[in-house]
Amino acid sequence: MKKNLAPLVVVALVACLPLLLKDNYYLHLMILFLMWVVIGSAWNLIAGYTGQVSFGDAAFFGCGAYTAGLLATHLGVSTWWGLAFGGFTAIAVGLPFGWICFRMRGAYFALATLALNEVLRHGATIAEDFTGGMVGILIMPSFASKIPYYYIALAMAVASLASLQWVVHSKPGYYFVSIREDQDAAESLGINTHLYKMLSLAYAAFWTGMAGALYMNYMGFIDPNVVFNLHDISIMAILVGIVGGVGTVYGPAVGAFVMVAVQELFRSGFFGLFKWLGAVSGSDSLVHVAEVLTQAHVLGFGLLVVVVILVLPNGIVGDWPKIRKSMFRLGAGN
Amino acid sequence: MAYFQIDRLVKYFGGLAAVNGVSFTVGKGEIFGLIGPNGSGKTTTFNMISGYHRPTSGRVLFQGREIHRLPTHKICHLGIGRTFQVVKPLGRMTVLDNVIAAAYSRVSTHHKAKEEALKAIDFCGLMPVKDILAKALPIAGRKRLEITRAMATRPELLLLDETAAGLNPSELVEAIDLIQKIRASGTTIIIIEHIMHVIMTISDRIHAINFGQTIAEGTPKEVAANQAVIEAYLGTDYA
Amino acid sequence: MDVFLQTLVAGVLKGGLYALIGIGMTLIMGVMGIINLAHGQLMMLAMYVTFVLNTMGVDPYFSLFIAMPILFLLGVSIQKFLLNPLIKADTILPENQVLMTVGIGMVLTEIVRFIFSSDYKYITSSYSNQTFFLGNISFSVALTIAFGIAIAFTVAMFFFLIKTDLGRSIRATAQDKDAATLMGVNTGRITVITFGLGSGLVAAAGCLLAPVYYIFPDLGGPFTAKAFIITILGGLGSTVGAIFGGVTLGLAESMGATYFGMEYEDIIGLTIFVLVLLFLPGGFKRLTKV
Repeated sequence: MKKNLAPLVVVALVACLPLLLKDNYYLHLMILFLMWVVIGSAWNLIAGYTGQVSFGDAAFFGCGAYTAGLLATHLGVSTWWGLAFGGFTAIAVGLPFGWICFRMRGAYFALATLALNEVLRHGATIAEDFTGGMVGILIMPSFASKIPYYYIALAMAVASLASLQWVVHSKPGYYFVSIREDQDAAESLGINTHLYKMLSLAYAAFWTGMAGALYMNYMGFIDPNVVFNLHDISIMAILVGIVGGVGTVYGPAVGAFVMVAVQELFRSGFFGLFKWLGAVSGSDSLVHVAEVLTQAHVLGFGLLVVVVILVLPNGIVGDWPKIRKSMFRLGAGN
Repeated sequence: MAYFQIDRLVKYFGGLAAVNGVSFTVGKGEIFGLIGPNGSGKTTTFNMISGYHRPTSGRVLFQGREIHRLPTHKICHLGIGRTFQVVKPLGRMTVLDNVIAAAYSRVSTHHKAKEEALKAIDFCGLMPVKDILAKALPIAGRKRLEITRAMATRPELLLLDETAAGLNPSELVEAIDLIQKIRASGTTIIIIEHIMHVIMTISDRIHAINFGQTIAEGTPKEVAANQAVIEAYLGTDYA
Repeated sequence: MDVFLQTLVAGVLKGGLYALIGIGMTLIMGVMGIINLAHGQLMMLAMYVTFVLNTMGVDPYFSLFIAMPILFLLGVSIQKFLLNPLIKADTILPENQVLMTVGIGMVLTEIVRFIFSSDYKYITSSYSNQTFFLGNISFSVALTIAFGIAIAFTVAMFFFLIKTDLGRSIRATAQDKDAATLMGVNTGRITVITFGLGSGLVAAAGCLLAPVYYIFPDLGGPFTAKAFIITILGGLGSTVGAIFGGVTLGLAESMGATYFGMEYEDIIGLTIFVLVLLFLPGGFKRLTKV
């Protein structure tokens, strides 16, 4: 029972946050975090649980985002309809995607998903008449304040985690993990591995597509390089999953928090800490450090990826016993 | 109509015929042995029966119905289960979860699947280790898990591929007991085995192949005395 | 007709260079089975080395002798310290190695951007703009030299892999790591050397490309993508396949640019990639067994 309370407490805290924190900057970060919980959990199902490591989830994200955007530009309806349909468009694109990619295994599968991601990105750029090409899509945001977006994102994050929890403990959940562990053995046990791989993909596509639609509504602007982006979306999704811990329900949530926080940490020079320290102490070199950090934030991020993969191969949640042990050792040493 | 029949099965890999025109029939309730030296085509035959390979030519018939073009999971639903020569445990799942995954092929709720799984685990004697991760099991346990999983799919026909390899003498006795228990519960068995003691003891009839072709068929005594079989196995102990 | 021949020539010359990029990657993928998503970034690094040497008056073709060893050593270090440790780690997904290369690629790109900024850089050399003519068809001098050197390297790799002990060890490791270890091959050392070799080869491609291409930190990505297409087209671990793949891609891009338009260049490569994955999973190698 104790285990089940912790997530609820966290959700309650997160729900109360906007009441305490009026700063738009932090609200924005939280919205991003919640969005990444959705994307990371979706990827976790197809990769962490079913073992099909997709390098192209941006394809689904972009589909959802463009569904929302194109509904507005072509049909003149509110982009919020994108939330309803974005998931399904992503599934519609995802199924042939999967049919092509699932014929391969391992490295080839990963490469194929990557290639298809890029095909969609280039396709969206070339199909100017339909998508607006490089110009992208610009809409008027529905709400002036960030708070409604915050709660919508929170609802989506909670829903996606709840549904993952449910799936993992059901028959498909067993089947997904069986496929991951040994696809041939799974077949011999009566599991239609092709069907279940497609189901896991449909699940991932649906949730990632919805996240894309949310993004369109919240940011108000998308273009192919943003929403079909290989590094910023597809690879970020993988990192969120791996840093948090694949194959665990809450791993990606932890991963999302860490990755968004760290990305912002570097980008803002430790949230302006060094700049402030420099101003306070009058030390030029500290201010300089702040500037360097901001410029090199992607470098810092890359270094972090390298270090985390080396040190915590199973992610924070996966390697939690290891982390606890080393923390005790540090404490005991004192 | 034979209960189970393979008819002139042929399988070419590139230019090499792994199986080259093997035929036999199996009666309901039999324990039917398949023997032959390494590389003679036994596992390839099993793979064709269970749908992992499509035969280059020939047919597989189960209760009069052609099954050689069906996908593996459908063949499982029709009632044919198999174990693998190189064991395939679902490593990061517990023994119980391994068998629950198998049980889901016949029932649809978690409660029923767990019930069925526990029944199969009890039948096969794995109760003491049901909560251990499959990858932590020693070889004897893994072989037994293969059988338990297959049993949870409620097979009418069970294909056992070298379930005795790697077992010590006392484990061998237990394995033989289990196989006979399975037959007694109504399952027909086709068994591939290298360990002569096992296959000679439990089989009703034996089919011997070499280089993908039949070299003898009959009762264990007849096959053991067959000149071609002895030549193919020159040097192998008959315990 | 002339347009067609010109496109053909341009495609084949480019293809030679692509082959060189592809060989490095096909070796790495064939031997270690890992996807090196930093391959293009290694080439980018070599191009910057060439650029720096050029500002000091060193001829780009001479830079080969400097950039290749540097990248070889870098490749060796990466494999030894960052990739080999991951092989032993027990994780649910084996893709950690691939992600590590992503991280490495990011780090390399950003370090370069930090030092050189994102401005496009150029190398001016006497042959950067020179062309010679055969009939009505113009041949870029720089690309022709590059083609020649690339083919020379490819042939050298071919003989290295077939005739030398080290080459045979590499092929053995590629076919079955465990069996190779049992035969006395130090597979740990082989993987390290192979990554170094792959890096050195792509460095050569970078030096050869530098006189005729602009240099900027982000060029790694597209070239990594090209390397994959070539590798998959040609078949993992096949040097001849890399030539075939490289020339095919070069031709396809050339034809695509001439007859469809510049913006279709990338998507043609990707489409070929997907088609090959679908219909010829083993690549060209499957057809010829080389």
